[in-house]
Amino acid sequence: MHKPSSPRTLYDKIWDDHVVLTLEDGTCLLYIDRHLLHEVTSPQAFEGLRAAGRPVRRPGATFAVADHNVPTSDRSLPIEDQQSRLQIETLERNVEEFGVPYFPLLSRKQGIAHVVGPEQGISLPGMTIVCGDSHTSTHGALGSLAFGIGTSEVEHVLATQTLLQKRAKNMLVRVEGQIGPGVTAKDIMLAIIGRTGTAGGTGYVIEYAGSAVRALDMAGRMTLCNMSIEAGARAGMVAPDETTFAYVKGRSYAPKGEAFEQAVAYWQSLRSDDGAHYDKEVFLDAAEIKPSLTWGTSPEDVMSIDGRVPSPDEATDSARAERIRRTLSYMGLEAGQKLAGTPVDAVFIGSCTNSRIEDLRAAAAIVQNRKVVPSVRAMVVPGSGLVRQQAEAEGLDKIFRDAGFEWREAGCSMCLGMNPDKLETQQRCASTSNRNFEGRQGPQGRTHLCSPSMAAAAAVTGTLCDVRELMEGAR
Amino acid sequence: MEKFTRLTTVAAPLPQENIDTDQIIPARFLKTIQRTGLGKHLFADQRYDEQGNEKPDFVLNKPAYRKAGILITLDNLGCGSSREHAPWALQDFGIRCVIAPSIADIFHSNCFKNGLLPIRLPLEICETLMDDARQGENARLTVDLEKQQIVRPDGETIPFDVDPFWRHNLLEGLDNISQTLLREGEIEQFEQRANRAWIPSTQGENS
Repeated sequence: MHKPSSPRTLYDKIWDDHVVLTLEDGTCLLYIDRHLLHEVTSPQAFEGLRAAGRPVRRPGATFAVADHNVPTSDRSLPIEDQQSRLQIETLERNVEEFGVPYFPLLSRKQGIAHVVGPEQGISLPGMTIVCGDSHTSTHGALGSLAFGIGTSEVEHVLATQTLLQKRAKNMLVRVEGQIGPGVTAKDIMLAIIGRTGTAGGTGYVIEYAGSAVRALDMAGRMTLCNMSIEAGARAGMVAPDETTFAYVKGRSYAPKGEAFEQAVAYWQSLRSDDGAHYDKEVFLDAAEIKPSLTWGTSPEDVMSIDGRVPSPDEATDSARAERIRRTLSYMGLEAGQKLAGTPVDAVFIGSCTNSRIEDLRAAAAIVQNRKVVPSVRAMVVPGSGLVRQQAEAEGLDKIFRDAGFEWREAGCSMCLGMNPDKLETQQRCASTSNRNFEGRQGPQGRTHLCSPSMAAAAAVTGTLCDVRELMEGAR
Repeated sequence: MEKFTRLTTVAAPLPQENIDTDQIIPARFLKTIQRTGLGKHLFADQRYDEQGNEKPDFVLNKPAYRKAGILITLDNLGCGSSREHAPWALQDFGIRCVIAPSIADIFHSNCFKNGLLPIRLPLEICETLMDDARQGENARLTVDLEKQQIVRPDGETIPFDVDPFWRHNLLEGLDNISQTLLREGEIEQFEQRANRAWIPSTQGENS
């Protein structure tokens, strides 16, 4: 498709380096370097292998961890929900039978697959990485091509270590300049989705670039790439640089010594060439981005905290007006109202979007010397046992607990409400997760997506509010 | 995989945008280790009230559409989670074809892998087909994958595009894994490439 001499994007380069063969119609057999498994989307795939008498082709390119429906309460107790227990036990039986490496529930290394992969150095730059979960795009922050797949594809990768894929189009999202106080990677990403819409990235892989992206630490870059799927793009990526190499160096499963040097030499070639072609480009000025949150039931329903929710009267067509009306009714909001000052019932700090140590530090900085309003149920669910341990070493758990937060074990938790952590009917939640779909955090639950510091601010004021008002000298 | 060649059936109109896979099947029904039996949870939050009773207004609860084989929606169908339980639930209910102006990538590919044909058509055409579908049981649509066309109740034909690779797979009901395993020699050759030497194994930490 590309002449060897023509300028290529980061995506083109990683793609080209993983094509095993190209069929007549352009469909490629793409080699997969890393395959992460969890308990919800893998049982049927293993069952397929078993029925066909096939082995896992490369257990050494595979890794499993239970995250979606694990309880985040006391891990020494048996799992009460029988179906959840069966799913986790099934994963344990499958990894044993097929020889797949696995972190058990009681291991400190257990956590959300998209937190564990980068944390352990299992996910590395330049790799193709897949998992039966749409937020696999997270790993693209390392400069890898990472995307979510369905269970049939999980089985295909287990059996063949490859996937049948068509090349996607290239989209460049460039964010230039400096973000203001109280503005985080989450706010940048919400602003991007607000601009592209949830279908704007369909058919594309997004590359995030520009000085504001370069300035982000790895946790921030992971937050960006994580929500690429909320912009419709199956994958998002950031070109690896010194920040990336410093992050990867020394991680348990990362290459060491000479192999690391060899890897870095390769990774340094993974940046888009000058003049590389993008099929779509989006530009944002970082200085214009304010602390943001969602008002509706689609991640594209974004507004800044000082704004007002839309009114059906402003809609350009009747379908749009009807959607606003339906959404406002579901969310229990009035047309044109401010969100600041709206009471919340719950605050969730966690998920593969925002549960890393950097996220917990940002939230703790707001919570320190303050109390959670008594009517609010607030919880912190660290992304992994190691994040939890690090937070405890820094005394963050004490800040959260003293303020009235629940301090829980690692897992996906209230992001999707598969385990007992759920919203009750019509409860309003400030959440650091990635989806505000109807019923996502519990039937009839009302989700406002926001950054960890904005969620923390909601917990201690009891209302959605502008985090800058709680920050010394931010305004 | 079940073959898909030609389908004549009632189509259910669901004029909503951004139908995410959480809507198609909420996460609380994913605690299964099987692919079958998910049809009863299809669109659970729209289809049932809090007591679990059917909401009579929801399209799939209306007598005319209880055996619908086609679902027609507005933009961005299947966005969100990669859960293949979404096409499994549709399939188990009896839906073999979905039609929308745009369909999210992962859901789109999950459909093909389950013998469920996803068709992207311009909004105006989707609205025309939705009007046909609104006529209920007496207005059957025919989806002909061989000829790549939809036949309206009045006989008018509407052509559609489909990826040739997946068209062939659906028409033949092929198993991708068996086909890919025929290329094992090429996969092994790829793995031996010198520029892949830095990639460590996940079986044990590196020191």
